[in-house]
Amino acid sequence: MVAERVWIKSRQGDAGSDGATGEGAWRLDAGGRWTLDAADAATAALDAIQLAKSASAVRFGLAGLEALDTVGACLLMGLADRLTAEGRKVTVLDARPEHAALIDAVRGAGKAAVKIVAPSHHPIIDMIAGIGEDSIAAGKEALDLIGFLGLVTITFARLLLHPSRLRVTSVFYHIQQTGLNALPILGLLSFLIGVVLAFQGADQLKRFGAELYVVNLLGVSVLREIGILMTAIIVAGRSGSAFTAQIGTMKVNQEVDAIGTMGLDPIELLVVPRAIALMVSLPLLAFYADIMGLFGGAVMSYATLNITFGQFILQLHTAVGIGTVMAGLIKAPVFALVIAMVGCYEGLKVSGSAESVGTLTTKSVVEGIFLVIVIDALFSVLFSVLGV
Amino acid sequence: MSETVAPDLPTTAQPVIRPVIRVRDLVTRFGTQTVHDGLDLDVQAGEVLGVVGGSGSGKSVLLKEILGLIKPAAGRIELLGHDTADLSRDERAALQARTGVLFQNGALFSSMTVAENIMLPLKEHTDLPLSLIGEVARVKIAIAGLPPDAGAKQPSQLSGGMVKRAALARALALDPAILFLDEPTAGLDPIGAGAFDTLIRDLQRSLGLTVFMVTHDLDSLVTICDRIAVLVDKKIRVGTLEQHLADPHPWIHDYFHGPRGRAARHATD
Repeated sequence: MVAERVWIKSRQGDAGSDGATGEGAWRLDAGGRWTLDAADAATAALDAIQLAKSASAVRFGLAGLEALDTVGACLLMGLADRLTAEGRKVTVLDARPEHAALIDAVRGAGKAAVKIVAPSHHPIIDMIAGIGEDSIAAGKEALDLIGFLGLVTITFARLLLHPSRLRVTSVFYHIQQTGLNALPILGLLSFLIGVVLAFQGADQLKRFGAELYVVNLLGVSVLREIGILMTAIIVAGRSGSAFTAQIGTMKVNQEVDAIGTMGLDPIELLVVPRAIALMVSLPLLAFYADIMGLFGGAVMSYATLNITFGQFILQLHTAVGIGTVMAGLIKAPVFALVIAMVGCYEGLKVSGSAESVGTLTTKSVVEGIFLVIVIDALFSVLFSVLGV
Repeated sequence: MSETVAPDLPTTAQPVIRPVIRVRDLVTRFGTQTVHDGLDLDVQAGEVLGVVGGSGSGKSVLLKEILGLIKPAAGRIELLGHDTADLSRDERAALQARTGVLFQNGALFSSMTVAENIMLPLKEHTDLPLSLIGEVARVKIAIAGLPPDAGAKQPSQLSGGMVKRAALARALALDPAILFLDEPTAGLDPIGAGAFDTLIRDLQRSLGLTVFMVTHDLDSLVTICDRIAVLVDKKIRVGTLEQHLADPHPWIHDYFHGPRGRAARHATD
């Protein structure tokens, strides 16, 4: 153990150069390494300092300091301030020039009224205020999103008048990205969902001896709801987020500004091709998901219930008509539009920092899935009213 | 007869009738914070104007307002004699074809090569045959001081200085009348920054450009700017370097008389 790496001593009487003595004259001497890594020992040493009540003038010698950093300076000056507050006169002396400069800097900084703790409020009031702010923000966001839809619609209408301005390459690129490249994951997940549905359905229907109706169950649920919903959710997670991240990165990089200053329209260039691409690919994906879901169900029905593929198809034919298929697929373009709008809108909202790309990408996925499910519920209400 | 005394100018001369950029009573607000309050600015044809100001004084905002990327709360901005507030789409596009912008980090389209970046404005605004567009792009790459193989590279493959040069080449693609530069030398080493200043000055002279340059680089201000606009107190003060040196305003005094300001002036003496 290194003895007395950091030390401070007090004694009565003063052996200073001016030779002042007397009852009230005390002397403090600090030395060693007053740095962050010795802060514990330094604090203990400071606590051990005892001065007589009568000590009215303290000469604080710093000649013994070998090293000093801001923590050490804070501790030493904390002691000096405490003694001053107790009504004693403190004189700091013999500090090396570099230590004196650091002490001055720390003292100067100590005087500035720097707040490091945010002003606190009542937590319940904060919570209520937070709910209010979030509600207003959500309402504003909804309005902005509708405004954005209007803007895109106008741009789209203008493109219909000048079809040559449409970025065909970009549309095909995004069809490949959002459609073709989603086939493996979507196919696998839909197949598995079909398997699970068939298994669970068979388990229940066996009790009534109505195993064959598992085909009806599968047909209606996959074709009307599950196929399209799975597709929309996967696309919102895959492509909605990609739209936000792509456009957001361009925003951070000022590429969107650059498009604007070239007399080009960011909506026309970035949003419309993505929206068109998604409206083409999502219905195709939904149909593919329907087929894969039914295939999964057929495989499971054969495995657990011994329903052959032939029986399956015959039963499917009696259970569902083209109306059931269409009731599912008709929702696809609407979901595609919603996902594309949310993804592009959040991307264009990115401001400055790379962090906001991440935040808004998350938001775009959550918002996209939320709106898809809400609109799906609205479709169900509509279909039941229409008797579809 | 009439009061008109100016003879018909030959087309080669600068018809200095109106400033190319004219800003009047500009007010900019973000929420409750007022950035510009009654700001006036004239930029004359053929000059290099440097714009300086402290952080948050609204230099970049002013640039974006002149470019029409941000709408000011009040005031009038004229660009090449057109009020930017009431333009049809086509008029705005035509006006934007006469301005080139170099953004701070280049803002090259990352999905395209350098050559495609430069060709994009040409493809959008002209009906030139593709071969001629390619030829123009080659010329711009060369005059921006890029090596010949840079055209086929992606922006991510370029160094910081090369990105700026590529972005400058794109800004010059349509032979604009006004070139806007947002901190052109930020992030470049002193030699690279000096070379870029020289390039801008040379191009400004040979192409007859008007340059509006937001910068913090005192060397650029001293070496290539004809006049300097200082954003202080939500307004702008325009003058030559000598006029600013005599200005008693504390911020302007500190800016031009600080150690960096002195060093930059002495370096060019």
